[in-house]
Amino acid sequence: METKNIMIVGVGGQGSLLASKLLGHLLLSQGYDVKVSEVHGMSQRGGSVVTYVRYGDQVHSPIIDRGEADFIVSFEILEAARWLSYLKKDGQIVTNTQMIDPMPVITGAAEYPQDLEAKLKASGARVDALDCLKLAEEAGSSKAVNIVLLGRLSHYFDLPEDAWMASLEANVPPKFLAMNKKAFALGRDY
Amino acid sequence: MTNTNKQLLLGNKAVARGLYEAGVCFISSYPGTPSTEVTEEAVKYDDIYCEWAPNEKVAMEAAFGACLAGRRSFCAQKHVGLNVAADPLYTMSYTGVNAGMVICVADDAGMHSSQNEQDSRHHAIAAKVPMLEPSDSAEALEFTKTAYQISEQFDTPVLLKMCTRVAHSQSLAPIGERTVPDRPYEKNIGKYVMMPGNAKRRHPIVEERTRLLTAYAETTPLNRVEMGGTEIGIITASTSYQYVKEVFGDTVSILKLGMANPLPVDLIRSFAAKVDKLYVVEELDPIIENHVRALGIPVTGKEILPLVDEFSQNLIAEAFGQKKESAYSIADAIPARPPVMCAGCPHRGLFYTLKKNKCTVLGDIGCYTLGAVPPLGAIEMTLCMGASIGALHGFNKVRGSESEGKTVAVIGDSTFMHSGMTGLANVAYNQSNSTIIIVDNSITGMTGHQQNPTTGYNIKGDPAGKIDLEALCRAMGFERVSVVDPYDLEECDRVLKQELAAPAPSVIISRRPCALLKYVRHNPPLRVNTDKCVGCKSCMRVGCPAISIRNGKAHIDNTLCVGCNVCSQLCHFGALEDSGKEA
Repeated sequence: METKNIMIVGVGGQGSLLASKLLGHLLLSQGYDVKVSEVHGMSQRGGSVVTYVRYGDQVHSPIIDRGEADFIVSFEILEAARWLSYLKKDGQIVTNTQMIDPMPVITGAAEYPQDLEAKLKASGARVDALDCLKLAEEAGSSKAVNIVLLGRLSHYFDLPEDAWMASLEANVPPKFLAMNKKAFALGRDY
Repeated sequence: MTNTNKQLLLGNKAVARGLYEAGVCFISSYPGTPSTEVTEEAVKYDDIYCEWAPNEKVAMEAAFGACLAGRRSFCAQKHVGLNVAADPLYTMSYTGVNAGMVICVADDAGMHSSQNEQDSRHHAIAAKVPMLEPSDSAEALEFTKTAYQISEQFDTPVLLKMCTRVAHSQSLAPIGERTVPDRPYEKNIGKYVMMPGNAKRRHPIVEERTRLLTAYAETTPLNRVEMGGTEIGIITASTSYQYVKEVFGDTVSILKLGMANPLPVDLIRSFAAKVDKLYVVEELDPIIENHVRALGIPVTGKEILPLVDEFSQNLIAEAFGQKKESAYSIADAIPARPPVMCAGCPHRGLFYTLKKNKCTVLGDIGCYTLGAVPPLGAIEMTLCMGASIGALHGFNKVRGSESEGKTVAVIGDSTFMHSGMTGLANVAYNQSNSTIIIVDNSITGMTGHQQNPTTGYNIKGDPAGKIDLEALCRAMGFERVSVVDPYDLEECDRVLKQELAAPAPSVIISRRPCALLKYVRHNPPLRVNTDKCVGCKSCMRVGCPAISIRNGKAHIDNTLCVGCNVCSQLCHFGALEDSGKEA
């Protein structure tokens, strides 16, 4: 099987490391060779962060380059736009519609682009946009944005739901499991 | 495909597993991205003693002592950390080891979290010690164990070179068992006391060892040839190997070098003879390339590949003439999203005060380096760990009264322990009228919350020795030592003015724990009273990511705000109020 590429993009502190951990666990359980590349250190302090998840028969490079991503899973819509050029032809974007102003916008040095969802769609890319923060709060915690997104992503995968649940169980603390399962379902069934 | 006995391991975690399996008993490190997780993962094995040392030099010396005593030992650091530890390293090359000793150095091509992009392979060459260079987690684990065999077989410390993409990528690695070798300590003055007479006898031994290691490099499985198409032959290493495989698969022949120093000679000659055109693909400096050229073999490398930044598969494909295009784009300019101080960061109030007082700030290495970015833009120099204090002294000595009243050094608690104390000794001893600010957030912040000698806890979070910063500064000769709360802008301003005006060297400790520490209790988020807010943007001057302007009024993101109240002290209209509700 040809190597498949999932990019997880967002703002430092949004919980993308848990999402990649969960995906890595899931894909490994399906017998794939898996590589996950993360960012640690200074960029995590509210900066633009990206995690690469690659899987297939044999994966070489740990990173995903321009034009290669089968999926871009975005925690914030400006970040989906930032990484758009990484999407493969006919790839799929799954994005949170939440907007978080970067510092140049806060200080007035730059403007946050308007109507990004429409512009992303107009670029020809396949875009699935949903208000994950609202759904996460509905599930019981604003921190569950990552799980809502994974729930939505699962919709595009031909994998048994049990496998997703097993990865969820293996990676979140038991006391938050029910809430996270609800967040997952809200994303999946959106 | 089956994944039995294989785990998906972060490169750094794979090194830690390798240390466990190799029977390592002692680890001393100083945190530094991208090396930190090696030690953080190793501490999870109860059989390995682990500690955070005050700096990399101390860590390496401690690890040397442990190997001298007969147990396998280890230390880890980032590339610039190895500069700090270079002094013991270069002479340990002469003494050799007793039990094996391995030193991990993690380079950061692309400078994801570093102040320079130096190539650590130069240290291996200059110190004349072998260096291994894994390209994924499986190799990280295996090479770690092999490094101990080499260390003991050739009587040398061994460098294990990681890079960001190997250290911070997860890939599959097979797990094995732990075995612990033990060697007795034996007194050997000629080997371990490096004074001129003894060192003169050791140096030829080092040169002979390099000759033997070069012979080892010719045949070791650490270096391997993967023959494919013979039109193009590529010599490569580390993460570059993965990119080359990604681009070319089996269509080219590859000499993959797992041993970065010393480099083989015959192996390279025979590989070069089998291919039509030879290339070297390596990040940063042309070390393999220059070696190949010195052998008189025609080769292409840095003519087509950059000396700067990290590589990727597209970069290599394009260097070899393949075109890579993006499928989608939008016309809008996408604003950058640089890292920022977190909401509630205790550094913010201090930097606001420094900016307000138009201070010249000589900075240091840590989260607070972000005091240099807009809108605070307060820091004017950052060089290396501890440099703020050393440089302030020199600055004030030549500028005198012109600078003394407005120039400060800002250094974190952990960085101060690392290499600020010696700079402080210089100020105390050579008497410059300098004001040093220690931003004490009670943790090593940027690398992800490691304990240090001022926190009172060890690497496991258990109670440990605690150095009293105030007492330390006084003992070093500073009569003026004050402590401020950086959330209190008025107090910060008053003390700063007072200490800058004082005709004597002084230390201000700006103390409040990092807002991300789990034990820190936050106030409820603030609320904007839109009737009072006039949209003057005074609150925006502190550059808090929780504050923005919506519809002409201040807006507070209540998922980010921790109620530190720094912004409310800037509001002339009392528009930023306690919401009274729990966070």
